Amino acid sequence: MSSVGTVTPDVHHTSHEEDTGLWSWITTVDHKRIAIMYFVTATVFFFVGGFEALLIRIQLMNPEQNLISPELYNQLFTMHGTTMIFLVAMPMAVAFFNYVVPLQIGARDVAFPRLNALSYWIFLFGGIYLNASFFVGAAPNASWVGYATLTLPEFSPGRNVDFWFIGLSILGVASIVGGVNFITTIINMRAPGMKMMRMPLFTWMTLVTSFLLITAIPVIGVALVFLGFDRLFGTVFFNPAGGGDPVLWQHLFWIFGHPEVYILILPAFGVISDVIPAFSKKPLFGYPIVVYAGILIGFIGWGVWSHHMFTVGLGPIADSFFVAATMIIAIPTGVKIFNWIATMWGGSLQFTTAMLFCVGLVAVFTVGGLSGIMHASAPVNLQQHDSYFVVAHFHYVIVGGAMMGLWAGLYYWFPKVCGRYLDETLGKWHFWTTMIGFNLTFFPMHFSGLFGMPRRIFTYSADLNVDIYNQLSTVGAFIFGLSAIIMTWNLIRSWRSGEPAPANPWGAPHLEWSIPSPPHHYNFPGIPEVRSREPLWDPKERADIEAVTMAEPEREPIMPNPSWVPICLAAAITLAWALVMTGVWWIIILGMLPVLFFTFLWAFEPAFPEGH
Amino acid sequence: MAHAAAAVAADDHGQTNTGISNWKLGFWAFIASECLFFGTLISVYMVYKGAAITGPYPNEIFDVLKTTVSTTILLFSSLAMVLALDQVIKANKKKAILWLAAVILMGAAFLVMEYTSYLKYISYGLTLGSSTFGSSYYVLTGTHKLHVVIGMIWMATLIWLIARDRIPPHKSETVEIAGLYWHFVDIIWIVIFTLVYLIQ
Repeated sequence: MSSVGTVTPDVHHTSHEEDTGLWSWITTVDHKRIAIMYFVTATVFFFVGGFEALLIRIQLMNPEQNLISPELYNQLFTMHGTTMIFLVAMPMAVAFFNYVVPLQIGARDVAFPRLNALSYWIFLFGGIYLNASFFVGAAPNASWVGYATLTLPEFSPGRNVDFWFIGLSILGVASIVGGVNFITTIINMRAPGMKMMRMPLFTWMTLVTSFLLITAIPVIGVALVFLGFDRLFGTVFFNPAGGGDPVLWQHLFWIFGHPEVYILILPAFGVISDVIPAFSKKPLFGYPIVVYAGILIGFIGWGVWSHHMFTVGLGPIADSFFVAATMIIAIPTGVKIFNWIATMWGGSLQFTTAMLFCVGLVAVFTVGGLSGIMHASAPVNLQQHDSYFVVAHFHYVIVGGAMMGLWAGLYYWFPKVCGRYLDETLGKWHFWTTMIGFNLTFFPMHFSGLFGMPRRIFTYSADLNVDIYNQLSTVGAFIFGLSAIIMTWNLIRSWRSGEPAPANPWGAPHLEWSIPSPPHHYNFPGIPEVRSREPLWDPKERADIEAVTMAEPEREPIMPNPSWVPICLAAAITLAWALVMTGVWWIIILGMLPVLFFTFLWAFEPAFPEGH
Repeated sequence: MAHAAAAVAADDHGQTNTGISNWKLGFWAFIASECLFFGTLISVYMVYKGAAITGPYPNEIFDVLKTTVSTTILLFSSLAMVLALDQVIKANKKKAILWLAAVILMGAAFLVMEYTSYLKYISYGLTLGSSTFGSSYYVLTGTHKLHVVIGMIWMATLIWLIARDRIPPHKSETVEIAGLYWHFVDIIWIVIFTLVYLIQ
């Protein structure tokens, strides 16, 4: 392994054709292919989670229906939440980190290509493991927050919660490995001249998100370990009968859970901070302020967790602190909103689908932000807690914020990925069905919630008079479902026969647009030197960069070897965790042996071709 | 002129990476993550401190003197680690292996002493499920011991590599990173020793 900086600059003597067979995908360590696998997998899980949501909406369309049993309903809403957060929103963002970050900073790959593949395979196996629970009739059923004491064996005797805590533990490993990888890549592998304050905003937000990942995931990791011990080995961490405190779970969960919210939203903020300037033909307004606001959100995000727990009764002093902290965090978020608007102000705007999703995000996310500030106030929160008002709020910020930002990124970077545009007509259908379906689903929930409809209950009384809101939500959900089908159709069609796109189809300013679409597997024939924040918008600088990035190399740069060890190690890690369910010490220890074995194979396998 | 331009370019590149290798930087990030992991475990122990509703209680069972001895052994293993790295850099194969073996031995001694303490605590009635003290104490220190075991396996691997001449001086970073891990595990123990045993 070469010491510092970019992947070793030596060159290969023979140019080789890129393999495209199944084996080449299984063994790939190319960040671009891993990104595509992340995206496709997350999209499949998006349909799984969406299907669960539609079943929920069918059950709730009319009061006192019995289409779905309460037991199944518990599994559906638990798996809907768990899937959408851990198997859709997070990995979808990671797909973009993977594809875009190395290209934006002028690197040939991430710092640890094999670890990158490992992250993906762990995520895939963890997701399959979690969903396999349906086939044994024991899907997790204690909601995505899994509060003790409900999750203790006394109240959840089945295997449901075991699947949940083990599944999340497996996924956590993938997240920490990914976080370490992107921190190292961004800090250590930037092209000459790409100072921190010249990095595109998406790369910046990836960095902040990665720090949140490596610091927040261990906290839930410990909480899940405690839960596992309580369930399988009789500890009393959360068991009041033995002196344990169930509120401890809530603290640990939300100390992770609130940074997690920013893990979901910051990548989307990064995307639109790159997309809006590209379609406004203006540099991002107040670049340093947007960067600092993102960092500040990352920091303050650690100090607001108890606003999820106002109904616990932590006392007026604790509550006041968390009310204040929560309201303060609205400030950097608001700053970003104003910066995006100011970027558009006076720009020559182009309303492509990507731009529409950005504008949609700014509008819809602001609604979610405002309802967030409403229940930041403890007294108001007591009225809204555990009602559909909260469901409306977090869907506005996660779907209207995180997901819309990622869809903006999809339309923006798709031409780079496959050298073809996504169809704009279908794209506009996708956008408008999303906007209408989404708002029709979730806006009425503000009302059903304020009228007293509780979350997580399989039905509601006709006396609540919330039938009409629920019917609107159900109709909206199906329109929203339609939008997902339109998006998928657009992806498949454009992948095969979309309109060909040039290297820089949008006239955008960052390095990823200086190389051919789709890029070479080694990304950059030569590493360009960057002199400004918008390198491709300066004609002189652009010419200098493209002289390097568009050149045909005499000999191909050496890239890391493909490897089948990551998929094996990921399978071993998943197996080891799955065996924890037995609760038998020697089986668990035996289960660690394959992990050890493949770790050794990993360590002794050369990462680069012989002689390098 | 060309020289000046090259100097500027080099200077610029200096601002786009840290100058330390990817492996080391990545490992530091991993250690940061581990800090949060142990930080949470230790915090929970502190939160539950004095809250156990049934005995035995810490002051009834802890043998501070014995733990001081095991702690000292573990701390000296860090010294052996530093000396092992020094010998690898000096290409002194035999001494490097010797010091790494010393690291493993001291780690093993620590584990044996702690294991006998565990047996004693269990005989006093402190188990995983006996109280919040038992739960948080065993999971915290058990996690630390698991880290020691992993470190020992790592050191054994390094010995094997050095014996086969696969870690020449210019690859000493392999040992240095293992050292980072080992020192981290030691430092965590200092925190645990202070908060769990000394301040009861």
